[in-house]
Order: sequence, then structure tokens, then C-alpha cells
Amino acid sequence: MSQENIIDVQHVSKSFKKAEHQELLVLDDINFKMNSGEIVALLGKSGSGKSTLLRIIAGLIKPTNGQVLYRGKLVTGPVHGIAMVFQNFALLPWLTVLQNVELGLEALGVPRTERRSRALKAIDTIGLDGFESAFPKELSGGMRQRVGFARALVVNPDILIMDEPFSALDVLTADNLRSDLLDLWQEKKTNTNGILFVTHNIQEAASLADRIIVFGSNPGTIRAELEVKLKHPRNDQDIEFRNLVDQVYMLMTTRPQDERAQLLRTQKVHIDYRLPDVSIEELTGLLETLDAPEHRGRMDLPMVAEYLSLNIDDLFPVTEVLEILRFANISKGDIEITLSGRAFVNADILERKKIFATHLLKYVPLAQHIRKVLDERPGHRATKERFVNELEDFLTEQEAQRVFKIIVDWGRYAEIFAYDSNTGILSLENPA
Amino acid sequence: MRNFTGYATTILRKQYTLNRWDLLALFIVFGILILLALAAKQFSVPYQLGQVVPLSLSPSHLPDYALQTVMRMLIALLFSLLFTFTIGTLAAKNAHAEKILIPIIDILQSVPVLGFLSITVVGFIALFPGSLWGPECASIFAIFTSQVWNITLSFYQSLRTVPEDLKEAAAMFHLSAWQRFWRIEVPFAMPGLLWNVMLSMSASWFFVVASEAITVSGQNIVLPGIGSYIALAITHSNIKAVVYAILTMFFVILLYDQLLFRPLVKWSERFKAEQTGTETTTKAWSVKLFHRSRLFRYAGFFLALFADKWINISIFNRQNTAEIKPTNPWLTYFIVIIWYIVLAIGLISAIVIVYNFIQNSLTVVDLKHTLLLGLITLARVIATVIVSTIIWLPIGVWIGLKPRVAEIAQPVAQFLAAFPTYVLFPVVVIMILHFHLNVEIWVTPLMLLGTQWYILFNVIAGAAAIPKDLRQAADNFGVNGWLWWIRLILPGIFPYYITGAITAVGNAWNTTVAAEVVSWGHITLHATGLGAFISDNAASGNFPNLAIGIGVMSLFVVVLNHVLWRPLYVLAKSRYQLD
Repeated sequence: MSQENIIDVQHVSKSFKKAEHQELLVLDDINFKMNSGEIVALLGKSGSGKSTLLRIIAGLIKPTNGQVLYRGKLVTGPVHGIAMVFQNFALLPWLTVLQNVELGLEALGVPRTERRSRALKAIDTIGLDGFESAFPKELSGGMRQRVGFARALVVNPDILIMDEPFSALDVLTADNLRSDLLDLWQEKKTNTNGILFVTHNIQEAASLADRIIVFGSNPGTIRAELEVKLKHPRNDQDIEFRNLVDQVYMLMTTRPQDERAQLLRTQKVHIDYRLPDVSIEELTGLLETLDAPEHRGRMDLPMVAEYLSLNIDDLFPVTEVLEILRFANISKGDIEITLSGRAFVNADILERKKIFATHLLKYVPLAQHIRKVLDERPGHRATKERFVNELEDFLTEQEAQRVFKIIVDWGRYAEIFAYDSNTGILSLENPA
Repeated sequence: MRNFTGYATTILRKQYTLNRWDLLALFIVFGILILLALAAKQFSVPYQLGQVVPLSLSPSHLPDYALQTVMRMLIALLFSLLFTFTIGTLAAKNAHAEKILIPIIDILQSVPVLGFLSITVVGFIALFPGSLWGPECASIFAIFTSQVWNITLSFYQSLRTVPEDLKEAAAMFHLSAWQRFWRIEVPFAMPGLLWNVMLSMSASWFFVVASEAITVSGQNIVLPGIGSYIALAITHSNIKAVVYAILTMFFVILLYDQLLFRPLVKWSERFKAEQTGTETTTKAWSVKLFHRSRLFRYAGFFLALFADKWINISIFNRQNTAEIKPTNPWLTYFIVIIWYIVLAIGLISAIVIVYNFIQNSLTVVDLKHTLLLGLITLARVIATVIVSTIIWLPIGVWIGLKPRVAEIAQPVAQFLAAFPTYVLFPVVVIMILHFHLNVEIWVTPLMLLGTQWYILFNVIAGAAAIPKDLRQAADNFGVNGWLWWIRLILPGIFPYYITGAITAVGNAWNTTVAAEVVSWGHITLHATGLGAFISDNAASGNFPNLAIGIGVMSLFVVVLNHVLWRPLYVLAKSRYQLD
């Protein structure tokens, strides 16, 4: 197989407008090449801009800076030769399986009879025969994604790109579909010369990809590239495989040096810190797991993920918040409970609230700020808009709303302030 | 159970205060209205209608008349769809056009349909002198205006909410704009579109019947149809003929309901975008018949073939082969500038027209008088809603909580909403005359007749949608009596009730034009109100006054929508929506 270069991403960055004269950088100077015959995984947490990059490569959105070359030609719009598989399938619910698969051919102006025979062949290949006349809503998730694959493969794409193609499926179905895809790929049943996919699932990246590109967030950057030399099919109980997974975990949880140093110096995140979507129950749940006698306060992150059946998109936000609140420490792919974390877990309901309140006010500047404003005001009241507007100086409108919702949730639990959603007023009163 | 949203959702936009584009639209619409009225004044004498078709009260003509009535409605529907696919698409795809088009449509849907008819009919007659085409076109145009706005707004909103991944899939697979429109956008809009078509059809039965016999400038214009048949029966005080007409109408609506409405709603279920569940909600015996009959299967096959050819028609799909060339930005820029200049000129002329009109034809006394009439009619509209609520809310809740009963009652209520109450007017008039009732009060039931069903079937849908576990929880905690109503039922049905009330009110305003002046034989009953003011001035050919009447009524509706209904609707959606 020739090591021909099929995709070349050069200095791509992307920023979205969030307000007048304010830009939010989501991708910063991304460079990588994809070679013919390769399966490449873009791995990162949600919000690392990996899906945006995928769409830039597909020609669906334009980069702010830099360029993408497909076989030496500049990508300016959706390219013939690249087909895409979507996270939530993107099937047309009003068309049958057969009609859905025919869609791309129809757009190419392929005559009706040829269209039909090619579509039927693709349906056979992907294992959908018997379902030709079914509507998507009659199918299970796995079958729907098979339609997505058939639709993409029927146009004989040079490159197949996939946006978290298995993340909407349950574990068993995803496994099954992954191995079928690998079989197709290895038996060369398609004319596809490369697969590029986005995932937040470390196991998935490790089991499919020849190369894993690890993304860091805020803004999205390439943190590392890993060549995977293991032969297919890969066994996830294999020691080499497990080492690979551990290595990726470490890469993903280790902050870059400067970021880490800053955190240690100021001991604090800033007011513009985008609080992750984490509930009190999740925090408590993870701390209780850590504190359980069999774990003795320390766990390997891949083990946590496996033990709690969480993928990294669910797990990392929780660990991040625990770290910020000083309830746990993370280093080298391990998480360890702190003394105050232990105190929190062992307290009763009311005592927990007190400990949480102390830490919240100490380590989350936004909570501190809200409390301070409420304390200073004569009526001890302030509107939601006031704080959301402040947040919008740093975040998008949507993001500001989200962050506000979370701080309200935490603040209510900690009882450091009250909030009335009908009037949108924060106050220090307890509800009557 | 289906969520009955139609007109109600279409009046909901992001903000609910009038913004500058709404004001602009208000001026433009009123400008056009006044222009039409002034033109009508020029044209109004003398008419040349050509030979008037003699109508007969013999029941043997009724099938023919009914057919003509139905044809008018279907032709109007065709135009409504054309308008929707062009203007609705333009508004959804072009931000510059959207800014003004949507507020204009929003205001146009507040203009009373029958008022529109009186003001345009003269123009249409002038367009086709000496033939019945003029009034025919005017009638179709009136039906069109009664159907089109909510269909267009629904389509526009659907186009704007096409899921991002479907758009991306279309781009990735290189669908042409034409293919995207028919493969993705129209199907995605289909459930809402069809539902609004059905609501519009139901509502427009009233107008098709009412528009067939109108009096403008003292002259009767009659088009053969069920409406004119009834008008004739009324002038002859022929009760038997009225009964025939009611029976015919009943039969026509039944056929329409069973052969068109139900099969189409059933068919549209496949277009629902959510990918879960295959729960069938609508039953239609006719669908079964269609599916099983060989003839219809052939027809279906050829339809599919035709659809395929239509979607893949080559002249619209050229860009498949070539890469899309970016359009010249300067050209786009130039067109946008021209567009805004045209808009500015339009606005300025509209302001000049409105200003001149106010200077010349409007006195403070007139305006005060018309506003007062508006308030009286408003009182009737409110009374209509209150009375229908008192009667139908408890009944609707009772029905809705019993799935078996709801299954039967729901289609019946929808059927009754389609029935044009205009044909029942003589019955009420006879009652008023017989019992010597107060006209001012007793014309209100005429409005009630048509509008109550919207409240009923929405309440039924709302009550049926209250989750069983909530009801069981209420039972479990011994919540009953008054508490049961205010804690469970009323909040639960609130969004549905608001939807029903908004539709009912829209209907009630429109009905007033026909309902505040009613006659039987030589006796004409006259209630005080804006509706009567409009129909009187239309009959006597006082076009400036007609324009004032229509303008004031539109203003009432617009203001109420913005001040009352929109906030209520937002509240219903944000706080009381059960998901």
C-alpha cells in the first residue's frame, strides 16, 4: 500500500463569533496529515473542537485560518469523494431504507435502475437485506446506523469520515457494528482509502485506529499523536492494549505544564471558568466510590470509568470539578481523594452542605462573586440578568446561561443563596 | 394524541412586543388596504356582471352547487400552496426578505376575510368586465386569504427548524437546492403543513359559503354554490330549502373529512421527524381501502414514479456535475441595496397614503365611533370565549380523561369545527324572531356556533395528554374536588386551552362580519358592532369607511395578539408544557 497523502490539514484554526468584536477560539493551529490506507481517530473531550475539525475537513464549514487539502486540492465546500456518517444517523424519516441509501446517488444524477441495483448491493454488504422497505423509525439504533453506513458507502467514497458514529448506540450494538466495519475494511469490500473518525471513547479509538490524535480543550489543540501498531482484531484484555489505553488516559488527564503551573500558583480557576455540567449527586457518588474500603481513596482512571461504566465525557467533568473543589487530586492517570474530600463523604447531609459551601465559596470565584454582590446590596437581591450579562463578557450567550444554571444548582445545594426562576431573582432569603 | 397547534404557534415569534419591522409592516398593509378602497371607489359604478346565472331552489341542483363550492375551495388551496412554497421559502432562506415578509403576513392574518372580499371584489370585476370571472376570482381570493397565512407561517417555521444534521447530510451528499427542497425541507415541514392545511380548510368552509352571495355598493353579486343557495333561501324565507342546504353541507363535510382529511393526516404521520415508536394515532377506513384496492396501488406506483422524475428533473439539478461557483459578492450587495431602496419607497408611499387618508377621510368622531364599535364587538368575542369555556371545558376534560370516549369525540369535534355555521344562521334568526329575543345579545350564539369546537377539541387533547402517573399520584394523595382542578387539571391543559382559545378568537372576529347583520326574508336583524359596521359599509359602497372598519378590526386583533395572547402562549409553553 502506498503511503500517499490524502488529507493535509495546514494551520487550521476556527473561532466563532460570540458577541460584537468577541471571538471564541475553538481550534488553534491544527496540523496533521492522513495517509492512504489509514484509520485515524480524533480523540478528545466534548468541547475540544474535534467535531468542528471534522466538519472543516468535510468542507461543511470554513476554517477561520489555514487550509485543508484533499489529494492536493484545496477544500472549499463538500467534496466529491468524501462521505460522512453521522452521530445521530441523520436519516430521512420519511424515506425507506432503500430510498435513504439511494439519496447520494440521486444527487449524483445516477439513473433510477442503476441507483436501485447499487443501493441494493450496498444494503447487502452492510447486512441490511430484508429491511429495504422499512422506515428508519421501525429500526433499532444499530440498524439505523447501518443504513447510515450503507448510504455513505454506496457512493464509493475515497474517504469515509464519521462523527462519533457509535456513541448513540448501546455497548453491545456498538461493538458489533465496529467489528463489522473492520471486517469490511480489512477484506477491502469497499473502495475506501481511508477512515477518519471522531470519538470521545478511548477504548473505541484504541480498538479501531492506526493512529490516534489526542485533542486538548479550550481551545482545541493537538496534544499528542499515537501510532498504534497492534494487529486487528485487537483484544481489549491484552496487556499491550491495556497499556495503550492507560497511556491515552494519562495524555488526556495531564494538563500542559504552563496550565498546571498557573493552577498551582493561583490555587483557583477564574471567574470565566466554564463550570462543567456536573450534579452534586455525581460528585458525591464518585467520592463515595473512592472512599470505599476496597479502593482506599485511590483509583486508576480507566478503572473508574470501567467500574462506573462511564465514558470519558461523563467522567472527566466530574473529576475536574472534584479537583477544583480540592476534594480529589489527579496525577498520572490516577485519582486520589483529599482529606476534605474524605471529610465531606463521611459527614451527614447537613454537614456535607456546610463543607461544600465552604469549598464552593473558596475555590469557585463565580460563587464568591454572586454571594458578595448579594451581601453588599441593601435588599440582598439581584437579578439573573446581571450575572448572565457579566458572564457573557467571557462566554457565549448559550454558555453563559448554562454556567448560570449550574452555579444556581450548586448554590442552592450549598444554601449560599436562593433563586426564584419565575422572577429570575437571586436572594439570600430562604423560601417561605 | 396530536398536538393541536395551528394559528396559535404561528403568532408566536421570538419577541412579543411590536418591533420596528412590525410597525413598518402595519403601515404597508394599511397603505395597501386604503389604496384598494380608493381604487374600489373609482371602479364601483356601474357593474357589468354580464348575464346573471339564475339560481334555483330545487334540491336537484344542490349536488352541482356543492361541487362548485368545493372547486372554489380547492383552487384557493392550490394558490395557497404556491404562495407558501415561494414566499414561505423566500422568507426562510433570505434574511433581508424575512424581516418584512413575516411581520406583513402576521398582520395580514389579522385582517377580517370578508372585509377583504368586499374591498377587492370591485377591482376583480373591473379586471374582467362583463363576466362572472371577476366575482369568481374575488371569492377565490377571499378563500385564499382565509387559508394561506397560517400555512405559510407554519412552513416558514418548519424550514427554519430543519435539523442541522439533515442539512449537513444534504450538503455532504451534494443534493441540489431543488432536491433538498423536495427531499428534505418539504417532507420535514409536512406534518405541520398538512395540519395547517386541514385547519385552514375547515375554517375556509365558512368563507367559501359566505363569499358566494355578497352585496357591494347596493348590488348583489351571486355565484352558483351552496352559499348563494342559502342566501336565496333566506330571501325567500324558505325553511325547507335551508334544511336541504344544511343536509348537503353536512354530507359534503363528511365526505371531505373521511376521504381527504383523515387519509392525509394518517399519511403525514410518516413524516414525523422523531425516530421513535410506531404508534399510530389516526385511524382511517379509507386508507385501508386505498391500500387494498389494486387501482389505487397502481395509482400510488405512478405517483411515486412521477415524484421521482419531479425531484430529479434535470434542469434544476445542473449543479450536481459542476462544483458550485461562488456568486459575485458585489452583485449580492447590489441586489440587497436595491431591495432596501424599494422597501423604503414602499414605506414612504404607504405612510403618505395613510396620512392623506387620515387627513381627508377620517375625523376624530369617526375614529372614536369605530373604536367604540370595536369595543362592543370585542365584548362579544370575549363573551363567546367565556361561554364556550364554561360549557366545554368540563365536558372536554371529562371526555379527554376517558380514552375510549375521546377516541370517538375527538373526530366529531373536528368535524363540527369544519362545518360552516353560516348555513345555520337562518335557524338562529328564526329563533330570535320567534322568541322576540334581544338582537344585541343573541347574535353572539352565531359566533359561538363555529368557534366553540376549537376550545372543545383542544381541551380534549390536553386532558388526554395529562400523564396517567400524575393522575394516579393525585388520587394517591387524596387530591380531589377544587384542588384537583387547580393543581392538576387546569395547569395540565393550559397550553392546549390557550391554543384553542387563540384559534377560537381569531375565528370569532372573522365571524362577526357575517354574524352581526343577519336576515330572514325581508327582516334584517342588526346588532351594533364593528362587524356590522364593515358589512353595512360594504353593502352601501362606502369604501373609505370600509377601510376604516377593516383597519380598526385588524388593529384590535394585532394588539390583542401582542399584548394578551403571545405572553400567555409563551407562559404556557415555558411553564405548563408537559414533556
